Amino acid sequence: MADTVRPSPRRARRSGSIALQAALIAVAGGLCYGAIHNAAQNLAHANIATGFGFWNNTAGFDISQTLIDYSASTSTFGRAFWVGLLNTLVVAGIGIVLATVLGFVIGIARLSRNWLVARLAGGYVELIRNVPLLLQLLFWYNAVLKSLPELHGSIALPGGGLLNNRGLFLPRPEFAPGFGTVLIALLVGVITTIVLRVWARRRQERTGTPVRILWPALGAIFGLPLVVFVLEGFPLSFSLPDMGRFNVRGGLEILPEFAALLIALAVYTAAFIAEVMRAGVLAVPTGQTEAALALGLRSPTTLRLVVVPQAMRVIVPPLTSQYLNLIKNSSLAVAIGYPDLVQVFAGSVLNITGQAVEVVAITMAVYLTISLLTSLLMNIYGRTIAIVER
Amino acid sequence: MAALSDMPLLFLRQAPAARLPPPPARAGVFGWLRANLFSSPANIALTLLCALLIVWAVPPLLRFLLIDAVWSGADRDACLASPANPDPGACWAFIRVWFSYFVYGFYPIGQRWRVDLFFLSLAFGIGWLLWLSAPRRDIGAAYFFIVLPILSLILLHGFPLIGLVSVPTTLWGGILVTIVVATIGMVFSLPLGILLALGRRSQIPVVKVFSVTFIEFVRGVPLITVLFMASVMLPLFVPERFAPDKLVRALIGVALFASAYMAEVVRGGLAAIPRGQYEAANALGLTYWRKMALVILPQALRVTLPNIVNTFIGLFKDTTLVFVVGIFDFLRTIEAARGDPKWASPITSMTGYAFAALVYLMCCYAMSRYARRVEARLARRSAHKEL
Repeated sequence: MADTVRPSPRRARRSGSIALQAALIAVAGGLCYGAIHNAAQNLAHANIATGFGFWNNTAGFDISQTLIDYSASTSTFGRAFWVGLLNTLVVAGIGIVLATVLGFVIGIARLSRNWLVARLAGGYVELIRNVPLLLQLLFWYNAVLKSLPELHGSIALPGGGLLNNRGLFLPRPEFAPGFGTVLIALLVGVITTIVLRVWARRRQERTGTPVRILWPALGAIFGLPLVVFVLEGFPLSFSLPDMGRFNVRGGLEILPEFAALLIALAVYTAAFIAEVMRAGVLAVPTGQTEAALALGLRSPTTLRLVVVPQAMRVIVPPLTSQYLNLIKNSSLAVAIGYPDLVQVFAGSVLNITGQAVEVVAITMAVYLTISLLTSLLMNIYGRTIAIVER
Repeated sequence: MAALSDMPLLFLRQAPAARLPPPPARAGVFGWLRANLFSSPANIALTLLCALLIVWAVPPLLRFLLIDAVWSGADRDACLASPANPDPGACWAFIRVWFSYFVYGFYPIGQRWRVDLFFLSLAFGIGWLLWLSAPRRDIGAAYFFIVLPILSLILLHGFPLIGLVSVPTTLWGGILVTIVVATIGMVFSLPLGILLALGRRSQIPVVKVFSVTFIEFVRGVPLITVLFMASVMLPLFVPERFAPDKLVRALIGVALFASAYMAEVVRGGLAAIPRGQYEAANALGLTYWRKMALVILPQALRVTLPNIVNTFIGLFKDTTLVFVVGIFDFLRTIEAARGDPKWASPITSMTGYAFAALVYLMCCYAMSRYARRVEARLARRSAHKEL
């Protein structure tokens, strides 16, 4: 009885876990093998090519919004991919800016001491957060933008723009050769401001007297380019949209699909950003504000030097995940036909080539890359702003 | 100076002083108005601006939705401008005519009692689970996660042996499909999410790597691509004769997607449990699964219940995306109905969207109120240290 050696519990657990791992790997491998085997058989049966050879074939379909040169008869599927990706990035990029501005305004309004303002902002957040984004998107597209007047009843906007159910037509800026100098002047202005700021801060640290650099900075950033702009002889003109017989000619055309997607994404994400922002400010203990006021800081300075830096620590991580959500949600474009990555690639290209595995894999890989890159940057940022405690 | 020594050295008040009335500017309705709406010139301006906004937006909205709305009629002519009603509002007649389509889709009319029965049994299960002091919530959970799915499958899909005609999923539609997708997503994502969350915290490398990869992958891509994957790739991966039904494919996609998000929520709950609880369970000699099932998970799930409900709200809104892979959920039935030539007009579209928005708003708002109440209750309890 006593001489039977039993394995120690720890060793038994370890060997059990190795068996479990081996079994898991075997099951996963088996599933993968089965899936690949079936896929190969099914594809051969349906006579569909495999591999990424289609990338260089001629696409043969039109895309309604192209930021780079693209034509149905000569461009490849690969080119169509880049067109779609750029369209996704444009709508997401502008959407992020708009959503952040709107979200911060609403977040501040929710914290307002004015009862009516706080209640209105709260109502906005509740209404927008509790209605699906797709429904809002269809509302903006079908019920608002598509029921605008037709071409001949176009609404003339101040400044020469036109608005009808085919889109928004704005004056398009035309840059003359001298405009490059203006851009250089702007760059010089920005660099001067940064140098000024560093100098002012050093001086304040050394002597204790703050230096006001607001006016010199404004002069460098706005004044200098303006002077160069005048000296170069106004190297900028606008081409106005012109109402033709069948369509609007000239000007900068903004598709209704683009506008609807942009409005829906900005309005929807703003509600979430407002909540993030409110939570961030409320997370700063009242004692911090009181301590700053007790030290004699004025109220705006308290906000700038004490409250905002601490709130940002809480705000930035969820804010980034809202940005990622916006990028992912831009794929809803497929529902209204805005040519984003999913609509162009997982829609048209998939239908033409039938190569579901490759096309869906590429589409997913793009979103995954964006997400992983962002989380990487977030982790780095999180490490730099982490509070160093004793 | 000399007068000082004449003063009494001790003063003791014998009775409380008469209470002063509050300053008139701070009390009552006017005081409240002053403090909350008119405290400074900037505030007065803001208040007036908001009041203008409300006056500009609310009366036309009420006029459109209620006062000038058309409540009955047989086709779009009832809702168009006429001498009797020159500026017609919402076309509720449209909703009335199409209402049963919005709820059941093309489910055969004679069989719709089965859907009603499904709604009832689902409501019963949800009530049992959400009412925190209901008796025997463990049986409730078993009912919701095991009995209900089987019962619903038999009820909705049919079981010819006991006389229930089989109804193919292509005929399902409307709120029925929305609720089926949301419920299946919930029923499968919670257990899967718990397993994934445990896997992510596991000491076993293969399990951990698998869980992390799955969670990060799914959270990194949009639901639409997951649905595309489920609807076009899944049929490739199984032998041709087993290719699943279109609705089932979408359900698999939604369940997998939701489980990754649920896993992160559960992980948050697990992280909130103090280490002492794990150590105490180990010291009692509980095995891993007993420790989790009896000590850790009951606490973790309770702490994170508000987040679970919030994830479910997200899932409920995301069910609209099955629209994209051609399934007739509630939103898709609205889209189909508003395109009907007999009714099509800008006002019908507007009415259809308003109706859909109201339905989603009511469901999601109710859920978020519930989540907030549970949160408040948890906060109260932990404040009294009796959790």
